[in-house]
Amino acid sequence: MSTTRHAGHGEDAGDRVAPVAVAARARAKGERTVTGYSIPGQGSSTIISIVTVILLLALWWLATHLGWIRDLFLPTPERIVKAFGDAMRGDIQGGKPLQDHLWASLYRVFAAFLLACITAIPAGIAMGVSRIARGILDPPIEFYRPLPPLAYLPLIVIWFGIDERAKVVLIYLACFAPLAMASRAGVRGVMIEQINAAYSMGASKWQVIWHVIVPAAMPEIFTGMRISIGFGWTTLVAAEMVAATEGLGQMVLNASNFLRTDVVMMGIVVIGVVAYAFDLLMRYVERLVVPWKGRG
Amino acid sequence: MCRCRMRPDRVADAPVHNRPALMSKLEIHQLSVHYAATGGGSVHALSDIDLSLDPGDFVVALGASGCGKTTLLSCIAGFMQYSSGQILLDGEVVTGPGAERGVVFQKHALMPWLDVVANVEFGLRMRGVDRATRRATALDKLRLVGLEKFAHSPIYQISGGMQQRVGLARALASDPEVMLMDEPLGALDALTREQIQELILELWWETRKMFFFITHSVEEALFLATELIVMTPSPGRIAHRYQLEFGRRFIECRDARAVKSDSEFIRLREEILGVIQQSAHDELDAA
Repeated sequence: MSTTRHAGHGEDAGDRVAPVAVAARARAKGERTVTGYSIPGQGSSTIISIVTVILLLALWWLATHLGWIRDLFLPTPERIVKAFGDAMRGDIQGGKPLQDHLWASLYRVFAAFLLACITAIPAGIAMGVSRIARGILDPPIEFYRPLPPLAYLPLIVIWFGIDERAKVVLIYLACFAPLAMASRAGVRGVMIEQINAAYSMGASKWQVIWHVIVPAAMPEIFTGMRISIGFGWTTLVAAEMVAATEGLGQMVLNASNFLRTDVVMMGIVVIGVVAYAFDLLMRYVERLVVPWKGRG
Repeated sequence: MCRCRMRPDRVADAPVHNRPALMSKLEIHQLSVHYAATGGGSVHALSDIDLSLDPGDFVVALGASGCGKTTLLSCIAGFMQYSSGQILLDGEVVTGPGAERGVVFQKHALMPWLDVVANVEFGLRMRGVDRATRRATALDKLRLVGLEKFAHSPIYQISGGMQQRVGLARALASDPEVMLMDEPLGALDALTREQIQELILELWWETRKMFFFITHSVEEALFLATELIVMTPSPGRIAHRYQLEFGRRFIECRDARAVKSDSEFIRLREEILGVIQQSAHDELDAA
């Protein structure tokens, strides 16, 4: 043997056979492709979901156009679309266009969410890495976390007034707890080997926290952020139904006072679409920031 | 085809330029570890371990699960405190982890948020080495393990064997005096495992560092070790020691199959398997 120095550069190269090419060759020879036995419920459900949605919309259209349900209880789909157009032009009760309501709501939820990110993530990490921080922060968070935000809204209003501040504080509290809990759980998820490896390469305790524990907790923190912004949005819409002059929640509530079912339903759709957009956005950022999630 | 016999004149010519300037030494005296068991009481994990390593020594600890191999490595690495005895590196007592003792783990323990080269230079970055120097060192170590083409690959996209190579390069990047390896090949398939065994021998021969290696595999232990310690459990202790030279033979002839099919190799393999099985039987009888 002459030299086997640094052998095995491509030790796993054999695994990388293009599956498409193999399938094409198999088809050319007239071979049947087979699948293995599957777990119950396995496989894609997209087509079934699309068909379901189309059927529901068709049923809605039929029920309203054939007069099965009174217009007051369920307006036709076209009325919802029209209500959307009206709302865009501000042609609804209160006279404010939909955009104003939307921006008011978005501003509140993002202000509160940002505030929560700046405070809850460090707090959660501190709880994960420090006995003292955990001892101090655990009781207040565990006490208020299970409370429904609307239960302490009156107190928030007494303390902060009925303006923007009260709403932002309420959303902030709703966002804070899940995010802090997730950050704390993320710290628990670090492998002890990673920490030991860093120490054995000469890292200090603070370097281990900053360069190992924080990045290792990022996937959990992102899950927490997704949950947290969802909580924030639900709470926001509820808060706007109590005391507000603008915002999507207020718009819906106001419309319901005038029995404008079409505007109510349009508002619900907008609230739902925005919530879904949040989730898509967070998932996109997650893929960008923690691409190793689930593959570490 | 080489005859794969030791030629003392050739073996002596280790690369001189890689010899550590200061002759270092790792000494373990009467090391014992009792740790608190869950539910009261204590476990006698290690009992009176004596071991000494000089540069160029490749000590392999072999034994069944629970014989204290990993405890011993954790003590040397400084991850774990010991109850009595002493661990000295260059005459100084080991009190905690440090960069002069590099560790390679069973699970690779790399940082998935960093790419390959950033993982290798991690330790240098922590110790404040400037960017250009640490990048150059890291790339150099990656060349040693044959991964220079994968410097910017994400950790989670390379195979298990390559991840362990990165782990080796990372430990080497800090230029430690001792390399501590806790079953680094345990999770690899047989073929990859043999390739990396050869790589480890080459790295050992080139760097002349002290190597301490843990394994379950008798064949692996025989192939790598200059000193093989067979450990037995409750309490963990060294039952047998063998001085070996199969690793040097491999360096001589670069033919692992020839080394491993040598009659002496096979005889020792059977002997050590017998020793381990006997101690497992004794264990069962005692229980």
